[in-house]
Amino acid sequence: MTIEVRKTYKLFIGGKFPRSESGRTFQPKAAEGFNVSMASRKDLREAVVAARAALPKWSGMTAYNRGQILYRLAEMVATRTSSLVDEIRAGNRRSESAARKEVASAVELITFYAGLPDKLQQLLGAQNEVAGPFFNFSTVEPSGVLGAVAPDEPSLLGALAMSLPILAGGNTVVLLVSESSPLSGLALGELLAVSDVPGGVINLLAGEKSELLPQFASHRDVNGLLIAGAPDVSVSEAAADSVKRVRFADLPPRDWNNVKKLCNLHLVQPFVEVKTLWHPVSQ
Amino acid sequence: MGKTSKTRTDDASTPQLKFGERWVYDAAPQSPEVKIRDKYDLFLDGEFTAPRSRKHFDTVNPATTEPLAKIAQAGDADVDAAVAAARHAQENVWGPMSGGDRARYVFRIARLIQERSRELACLETMDGGKPIRESRDVDVPLAAQWFFYHAGWADKLHLAFPGSKVEPKGVIGQIIPWNFPLLMAAWKLAPALACGNTVVLKPAETTSLTALHLAQILQQADLPPGVVNIVTGDGRTGAALVRHPGIDKVAFTGSTTVGKEIQRTLAGSGKDLTLELGGKAAHIVFEDAALDQAVEGVVCGIFFNQGHVCCAGSRLLVQESVHDMFVEKLRRRMERIRVGDPMDKNTDMGAINSKEQLARIEEMVAVGESEGATLHQSSCSLPDRGYWFRPTMFTGVSLSHRIAREEIFGPVLGVLTFRTPEEAVEKANNTGYGLSAGIWTDKGSRILWMAERMRAGVVWNNTFNRFDAASPFGGYKESGFGREGGKQGLLAYMKCHDDPLTQG
Repeated sequence: MTIEVRKTYKLFIGGKFPRSESGRTFQPKAAEGFNVSMASRKDLREAVVAARAALPKWSGMTAYNRGQILYRLAEMVATRTSSLVDEIRAGNRRSESAARKEVASAVELITFYAGLPDKLQQLLGAQNEVAGPFFNFSTVEPSGVLGAVAPDEPSLLGALAMSLPILAGGNTVVLLVSESSPLSGLALGELLAVSDVPGGVINLLAGEKSELLPQFASHRDVNGLLIAGAPDVSVSEAAADSVKRVRFADLPPRDWNNVKKLCNLHLVQPFVEVKTLWHPVSQ
Repeated sequence: MGKTSKTRTDDASTPQLKFGERWVYDAAPQSPEVKIRDKYDLFLDGEFTAPRSRKHFDTVNPATTEPLAKIAQAGDADVDAAVAAARHAQENVWGPMSGGDRARYVFRIARLIQERSRELACLETMDGGKPIRESRDVDVPLAAQWFFYHAGWADKLHLAFPGSKVEPKGVIGQIIPWNFPLLMAAWKLAPALACGNTVVLKPAETTSLTALHLAQILQQADLPPGVVNIVTGDGRTGAALVRHPGIDKVAFTGSTTVGKEIQRTLAGSGKDLTLELGGKAAHIVFEDAALDQAVEGVVCGIFFNQGHVCCAGSRLLVQESVHDMFVEKLRRRMERIRVGDPMDKNTDMGAINSKEQLARIEEMVAVGESEGATLHQSSCSLPDRGYWFRPTMFTGVSLSHRIAREEIFGPVLGVLTFRTPEEAVEKANNTGYGLSAGIWTDKGSRILWMAERMRAGVVWNNTFNRFDAASPFGGYKESGFGREGGKQGLLAYMKCHDDPLTQG
């Protein structure tokens, strides 16, 4: 009998796979028997530092390039379907067909957002007809470093839906994956690491929402939050101290599994800033 | 770098014409073509209504400190009544009305503002202290344009966001500041009305008059009762409006401190919020810029409206090679700024809006001196009565100085230097704010390179302080969120049915 090699699911910060600095692991509710690194508030702060450092590179590259990199992620996910299906189902009772459908939806979601970056200016920007001799136009730019919290289920599709709109807008992100079934979310890190996504652009944490949410909310170098679930007063209150852009995605389970609803420009819009340029027109 | 700077530094020592007292302007007073009532009540459900408290307070002319009129102090019950009227009008009249009909009302408002423009300009200047030249040529025409532009959107909202089914957000609570009282009312009301919302508007305590005359205009336009309600008062009125459970959204323009407080208050309420807050804009001048034009731009950037402008260019970043010459040009230009009676048509800079604001400016200037920056002030004479402050510039300012970090909201410029474009970017963005920026250079590619890197919502290139209803305005970072003006500004007042997110 072969003794299986057991894998610990680790965090993904700055393109590396650290265990938590706290030395803690946890056994998730819906992934029984698996050990997962449990991120601390300090891990979150380090992830924000990595995300901030990666911002100039990610937002500075051409939108065409960002799109190609996200498309590469679609290729990686599509070709790793079976392992992702296993990770979605690991330690719980989800059916194989449901898990397969989720991965297929994930690929559809990624391809939607992969094709989006080089259309954002035309969709959300404008040339403005002002009453004077000026060339005036508005462009959209990333808000900066975003914090995101994925829903518990669907663990893979939810993690992608809470991070891809942010990335497509040129932001970098620190994503807290599903608390109850974090394996597929953390496994994304292993695919991101081989998709030419620069280190730090997306950082993955696993752990307890109750421990990490206050830190997300109060961190002064986080420009906005996208949180799966019902509005949380204490998060919003703390976020006001640094005028964060805060949105809650309080969707019914049916919608979380409806990829058509997740392919949505409204998920991008709150996390891009409209910049308007004025220039005189003269000889 | 060397060639241009060498030939151009001499400029500072060129002889200048000194007229002394030999060429003094005659007074050119604008007659106050406005009838100011002794007392103004609240504008509720289409009628001027006494506040439940029966309390009124004085609004004064900051250029004379004389009371102009008595303004009603709205309390909780008045805010209740305003919200109820707005709700009724939204659900029964304004919301169901066709976009085309709404447009006609809003067009009417635009026209009436134009027709009563002199009255509004005089009133704005008397109540707020800004020069009549500015209220006449900037505030009032722009306010009219804001209504005219947005009127045209009312029947085209389905074209603005194709694929999304849109509807109004409902009843909007709007709180506006004292620096552009009528214009800010227009910025807030016009898009809200065009999108089918109704409004409870709270003007600033010290500058309610033009909003109340605008209420007369709304009556004149036969705008249905309750579509716009105006509650005057101090901060307590604003707080009551923000906390009121009957509103769907708050739109606020004002200080970052109050904006944060509002965001905190609304946490978990399910109400939407847009914020247009403070700024500490960098005004960047490169050595190759048309320097005389840049001087005019920098002067406009910081001394327009006595510097009571959230997007004021309060931090001048001038390239080191031209620093001395540029500062000298600015110093000379500052001497020529005519400070005094705001109703004089030749006045460049009027009165500081209030005693409190004057105290804040004086405090910050004292801080600047104690931090070691060098003070330069115009030697102009100031009127005996009223609230005044000289055009002021600090040189030798560094980024850590409080005068370089905190919004002063007065005619006080801080001058910093840079050597390379990268350093200019670094310094410009080194602030919690992100409302506006200005760039002066003759090199087109550099303008675009710099503009791309400014973390600010409005970037003026070789110009400054330009505004237009078609041009989105609003901030990054702690300067707020949401835009006013243009198609993007409509989003603040419309609900898209396919938007799955809730603002927190």
